[in-house]
Amino acid sequence: MTTIEETTPVPSPRDAGADGGPLLDVRDLHVEFHTREGVVKAVNGVNYSVAAGETLAVLGESGSGKSVTAQAIMGILDMPPGKIPQGEIRFRGQDMLAMSAEERRKIRGSRIAMIFQDALSSLNPVLTVGYQLGEMFRVHQGMSKKDAKAKAIELMDRVKIPAAAARVNDYPHQFSGGMRQRIMIAMALALEPELIIADEPTTALDVTVQAQVMDLLAELQREFNMGLILITHDLGVVADVADKIAVMYAGRIVEQAPVHELYKRPAHPYTRGLLDSIPRLDQKGQELYAIKGLPPNLLRVPSGCAFNPRCPKAQDICTTEIPRLFPVTEQDGTPVTGRTSACHFWKETIHG
Amino acid sequence: MAELSKNDEPQDVTPNVSKVELADAHSEAESVAAVEAPVGRGEPILQVRNLKKHFPLTQGILFKRQIGAVKAVDGISFDLHQGETLGIVGESGCGKSTVAKLLMNLERATAGEVFYKGQDITKLSGRALTAVRRNIQMVFQDPYTSLNPRMTVGDIIGEPFDIHPEVAPKGDRRRRVRELLDVVGLNPEYINRYPHQFSGGQRQRIGIARGLALNPEIIICDEPVSALDVSVQAQVINLMEALQDEFNLSYIFIAHDLSIVRHISDRVGVMYLGRMAEIGTDEQIYEHPTHPYTQALLSAVPVPDPDAREHRERIILSGDVPSPANPPSGCRFRTRCWKAQDKCAEQEPLLAVPERFKGQDSPAAHESACHFAEEKDVVGAA
Repeated sequence: MTTIEETTPVPSPRDAGADGGPLLDVRDLHVEFHTREGVVKAVNGVNYSVAAGETLAVLGESGSGKSVTAQAIMGILDMPPGKIPQGEIRFRGQDMLAMSAEERRKIRGSRIAMIFQDALSSLNPVLTVGYQLGEMFRVHQGMSKKDAKAKAIELMDRVKIPAAAARVNDYPHQFSGGMRQRIMIAMALALEPELIIADEPTTALDVTVQAQVMDLLAELQREFNMGLILITHDLGVVADVADKIAVMYAGRIVEQAPVHELYKRPAHPYTRGLLDSIPRLDQKGQELYAIKGLPPNLLRVPSGCAFNPRCPKAQDICTTEIPRLFPVTEQDGTPVTGRTSACHFWKETIHG
Repeated sequence: MAELSKNDEPQDVTPNVSKVELADAHSEAESVAAVEAPVGRGEPILQVRNLKKHFPLTQGILFKRQIGAVKAVDGISFDLHQGETLGIVGESGCGKSTVAKLLMNLERATAGEVFYKGQDITKLSGRALTAVRRNIQMVFQDPYTSLNPRMTVGDIIGEPFDIHPEVAPKGDRRRRVRELLDVVGLNPEYINRYPHQFSGGQRQRIGIARGLALNPEIIICDEPVSALDVSVQAQVINLMEALQDEFNLSYIFIAHDLSIVRHISDRVGVMYLGRMAEIGTDEQIYEHPTHPYTQALLSAVPVPDPDAREHRERIILSGDVPSPANPPSGCRFRTRCWKAQDKCAEQEPLLAVPERFKGQDSPAAHESACHFAEEKDVVGAA
């Protein structure tokens, strides 16, 4: 039934992992692709971490490296042409890049799962959804076909697909977009993973369906106390569900902040530009703020700060020196927890 | 149309009334103006009346017989005025893109009329249709597939002149194309480049330049920015607004991003399953929606403000849009509506100012196709 609900305050920050440490810790990750035109540096030193029950939103435009980072974590990058020259991806303290392929395979799907953007092309069109859902149990847990199908029905029930038992033998094309995305979520949840990576899970969906799917995802996340990495470019979705945000630009994280902080006072000109370009009521009939120029070509990333050709605050230093991630402090010097900004002029941006 | 006459009345009366009444009428005109779109009215440039498009469903290979129809657009009426932007929003499958094609006469309407300056274009063909199409142009959604990869930018933008040579004589075309490139903010030197050499935002500018080539009066934009990056969307929206002012264009702006539609539109129509659920000025629709579907749609839009997530009322619609081949009886929204009663299944609500708001001067008094239309506070898309 259609429900009208008042959203309740989310208890946040949520519980840290059982052992106190982060669930996933990405350190100084680099990814490059060797192509005929040259080396594309898609990810240039990304650091982030997610705790159990926490939602990290990775925000960025196409080509910012947000999806490539996620694929590197999942271990589904095409190598070659992809290559990870340096970096660590620690899952529960263990570096996954140092593991054997067999060890990673055991983690993938059962402990870290991924939800893809386009459910129609991510599901196999010639197999029933029941068979595809059951595959998780057959392969990872060695279940019989019959048991796996029963489990598949249970999963479809859990993601609120109506008449699950009747639809388990249907093919993907017989489901609507929202229902297909639910099946993707069910598949990711099958083995109750500790971490879910959702790559633009609702971009292809209508707003009303998007609300249903995001609600479902949040509910299941609470139930299983999962970590969630949400990759998106939608500032609205991020504000609704994220605990903390990492903003990416040209393969780097340019700003990291808790969700309320980021929207209240961005510390990087790119983040500020993105927030300012949202149409607001009082600007009706006026020109929208637009970040000038285009996102950079990753074959030829500008020297210094990659954002400098588009930045209103750019100075000489921005073209020569790559800004490191500076810890952000209040005006009096007290540090703000969890905030960093890769801008030489972060002080002016946040306080000025 | 009730609203229209209301607006025209004070202006018609003013010359004949005394000073006191004039002041009265003036204040009334002002309050009405707050409700109405802030654009110059007059004869609408485009009038759509009861437009329908049914796609037949057939069975059999040799002897095809029709077993039903997908009612993609099923009785839609609206007006478009000179210099105005009409936004059309709705979920995928509600028929908004089919409306765009019908207005261009790219699809033949099953029934209904589209009057362009009093001339019904659904009945036109041949030379008369070509002449009308010169004034109604289109900008497509996907700048990657709507430009021919084997043609140079100059040929793409200049191609409309092949069909309408009266606009630009042969020798003058390259100059016109350069001008157009300049107008949409691209370097005129790029005239010999191919589409793949441009980014998404630049390609959309090429698409807009092509739409402008014949000096049209109406441009139909079908999701013109949804394929673009966030930082580039604002650039294209700004360009479209600047062009509208410069050339006095009328836009039909079809999109699913409600905040962008609000920014650019003077009036907004909400479509559901081939029908118009509600239509009014941007303020009426976004601040005072009376149709439950509009309310649900607005409440589902994520607000880019984390403080708002704590105590926001959200209407989560159940299920999916029903099939347009077999729409529900009566009100089409009733299967997902929380207010639905027996009456909704029996009687189809008409698009009109609801009885309870009739004659009132409140912004809730706009056309809404619901038996139980009422205002409901929703924190919608800003």
